[in-house]
Amino acid sequence: MAEKLISKIPEGPLSEKWTKHKSQIRVVSPGNKRKMEVIVVGTGLGGASAAASLGELGYNVKVFCISDSPRRAHSIAAQGGINAAKNYQNDNDSVYRLFYDTIKGGDYRAREANVYRLAEVSNNIIDQCVAQGVPFAREYGGLLANRSFGGAQVSRTFYARGQTGQQLLLGAYAALNRQIAAGTVKSYPRYEMLDVVLINGEAKGIIARNLVTGKIERFGAHAVVIATGGYGNTYFLSTNAMNSNGSAAWQCYKKGAFFANPCFAQIHPTCIPVHGDQQSKLTLMSESLRNDGRIWVPKSMEDVMALRAGTKKPSDIAEEDRDYYLERRYPAFGNLVPRDVASRAAKERCDAGYGVNNTGLAVFLDFKTAIERLGEDVIRARYGNLFQMYEKITDVNPYKEPMMIYPAIHYTMGGIWVDYNLQTTVPGLYAIGEANFSDHGGNRLGASALMQGLADGYFILPYTIGDYLAGKFKEPKTDINAPEFAEAEKAVTDKIAKLFAVKGKRSVDSYHKELGHIMWEYVGMARNEAGLKKAIELIQALKKDFWKNVFVAGENGEFNQELEKALRLVDFFEIGELMARDALNRNESCGGHFREEMQTEEGETKRDDENYMYVAAWEYKGEDVEPELHKEPLVYENIKIATRNYKD
Amino acid sequence: MDLTLKVWRQKNAKAQGHFETYKVKNISSDSSFLEMLDILNEQLIAEGVDPVAVEKGCKSSGPVSFDHDCREGICGACSLYINGRAHGPDDEVTTCQLHMRKFKDGDTITIEPWRAKGFPVIKDLVVDRQAYDKILQAGGYVSVRTGGVPDGNAIPIPYEQAEESMDGAACIGCGACAATCKNGSAMLFVAARVSSLALLPQGKVEGAKRAKAMVAKMDELGFGACTNTKACEMECPKHITVTHIARLNREFLAAKLQD
Repeated sequence: MAEKLISKIPEGPLSEKWTKHKSQIRVVSPGNKRKMEVIVVGTGLGGASAAASLGELGYNVKVFCISDSPRRAHSIAAQGGINAAKNYQNDNDSVYRLFYDTIKGGDYRAREANVYRLAEVSNNIIDQCVAQGVPFAREYGGLLANRSFGGAQVSRTFYARGQTGQQLLLGAYAALNRQIAAGTVKSYPRYEMLDVVLINGEAKGIIARNLVTGKIERFGAHAVVIATGGYGNTYFLSTNAMNSNGSAAWQCYKKGAFFANPCFAQIHPTCIPVHGDQQSKLTLMSESLRNDGRIWVPKSMEDVMALRAGTKKPSDIAEEDRDYYLERRYPAFGNLVPRDVASRAAKERCDAGYGVNNTGLAVFLDFKTAIERLGEDVIRARYGNLFQMYEKITDVNPYKEPMMIYPAIHYTMGGIWVDYNLQTTVPGLYAIGEANFSDHGGNRLGASALMQGLADGYFILPYTIGDYLAGKFKEPKTDINAPEFAEAEKAVTDKIAKLFAVKGKRSVDSYHKELGHIMWEYVGMARNEAGLKKAIELIQALKKDFWKNVFVAGENGEFNQELEKALRLVDFFEIGELMARDALNRNESCGGHFREEMQTEEGETKRDDENYMYVAAWEYKGEDVEPELHKEPLVYENIKIATRNYKD
Repeated sequence: MDLTLKVWRQKNAKAQGHFETYKVKNISSDSSFLEMLDILNEQLIAEGVDPVAVEKGCKSSGPVSFDHDCREGICGACSLYINGRAHGPDDEVTTCQLHMRKFKDGDTITIEPWRAKGFPVIKDLVVDRQAYDKILQAGGYVSVRTGGVPDGNAIPIPYEQAEESMDGAACIGCGACAATCKNGSAMLFVAARVSSLALLPQGKVEGAKRAKAMVAKMDELGFGACTNTKACEMECPKHITVTHIARLNREFLAAKLQD
């Protein structure tokens, strides 16, 4: 089976690979495009931009989303910005530097060729979005403004206040709307993909549930694109939207697509801390805040206690009594170290007892210095909406007292394995955006998710999918009455019937919360062998209990959010188990994956390049059978491998 | 805190709806409004587990359906009418960002879905807002295709203009404006998009066509006319002002005069 993992990275110098590849892959003539159908599942930045671009090219596109409108996909919530190597600031940025920062930020676990291509097309994205009317922040001279993000020493992040994801998604959604109006794209809102259908080993369609009527429907195409985001909600509490889930990707895995690096989950350092048991989700405070905010905890235990007791306010603590621990430990990057580094540093201080908030699980993000330097108006112009959001949630005014923050699950770097063409190990099945694994290695840099989603959707997939479709234009439209569709539909209806038949006593949410606790405890910010083994056992036991005791209210033939949650949770159990399995296999620390056994004396991650410089791609082998591990070696021809250093 | 909830229940689009009354206890003032509804649903699920009660015709219609997703005020999914106000008693927030500290122990809270002709109820508190998508499909875009566009800095835009465009672009499409308007008008929603694009050189080219097409589509889909009550502005969670409606009117009038 190892021959399935062919990355198809083009030969030749790094900077010429993509250009050369584009000139060599096939294209489909306009007349033939009109005869071909493509299904796109998901309407975030990846899905919306891909569906719109494919529609413009003339393909017949069907686009599906679980929300009531494509505009609500979770890309909408991205706050801080999007990276591009424009070098508008004249600070010596370049395609190479963006590529290098991304590889290094990912702790040398991403593919060189993919990342270089990403950096290369980053500039086109900005141009595209400006042309669509995305109101990026501007300088007074009318040109585009930039800010800095973690893991970079240049200012290359473009932004639209604290709503960059929203504005970029509305741009892609507008392009999509234009194609819907033109009739090239048909939109299916409130539809959830429940299986992918393979005929002769190739992806030919999907089974989806109409979330309003409950009807299970069949859709055929010449190719299927998965753009359904990540699986961060395995942890229950995360910054992901409540309905974000890993199920579409998971069905692909079960039908033969390999799943890569599942243990690489990003824990974002600046989220609003947990308030209690009634909490349903966590809210991110943008990384852009680290441009002007300084992170600290008190130096003395006495101040910690006084803060927790409420006898002192944070603003009462004198400058010399504050431990700006990121500036102390990482002087070269200070508060702008990458996310994984900042998260672990916060955990280290809290574990040592210096955490604030009544839980002891929080640190301060303070704007005092910046407000003194720039004035409150400048800070308001930069982050006004984030400060307002913080105050609404916590009832604390961050202009007066520092914000309290704590790390939370935010993004998953792992995902469906894809080759250079973004095709999975199943022919005709593609994965783009957060749903694939390819560009961020062990840790994603801030403002790079938006870049990747749009790079894949606007500029990469529309070209590479043509190479596959060029070989298919003689094939007739997929027959949805084929036995493969009937079989897949039956499996879906059986699964739904089985869920209702349990008639137990526990709610779906109560199981999801319990799974989340297991994941956060044993597969969270720090992992070790014993804990991971225990997590696998606990998850298996929980899953077994779920199938005996869950209660799914209502019935299938109606709008039923309990059923939606139950179907997603069934997959979260299995995703969680594979994450733990992958984390157990990867006996090294790298990026967001921290194995306690593997750390330096200073508590930094210790990679094992000799044994783990590979992509771990897992192959499904059947229900309750251990999956098979395949390894795609990572070859670095252009970058010198080094220990990540944000100190000097 | 302990609360009494009067919640609109409606089995589907065709069924007759009614209010049901529930009690919830021990709600943390730090919880969000939707977290409070999560707790209510856990309770209703626990009651639903008792088959005897259900057979006896227990009033509980199962957990309450409501739209929600990001729970941080940006996706625009949540859409509740709380005590007679879209998104509840706090200003400039969506329902998901409304926190229980805005209520008092012992309060009775009435929860309804959006009520506008353009937004039919799907179930309980969930409404169909596809009409908003259709309005945008009528012209809420700049007609550019992927690729072949000029450099981002080739189109300088004055700072103030870009900021004002962003004010309109901040619309989350939640529907509070139309749900609040006594005429059920979607004017603020349409204006936010038309005005945001009209302020940018990229959007100006198709400005006249866009204004006409979007207004016509809004009328066609059963939304009412604007009579300048400004109720929409009051309830918009993103503080989009009626200045944008004024700009839409100018665009629309200019377009009509050109005809």
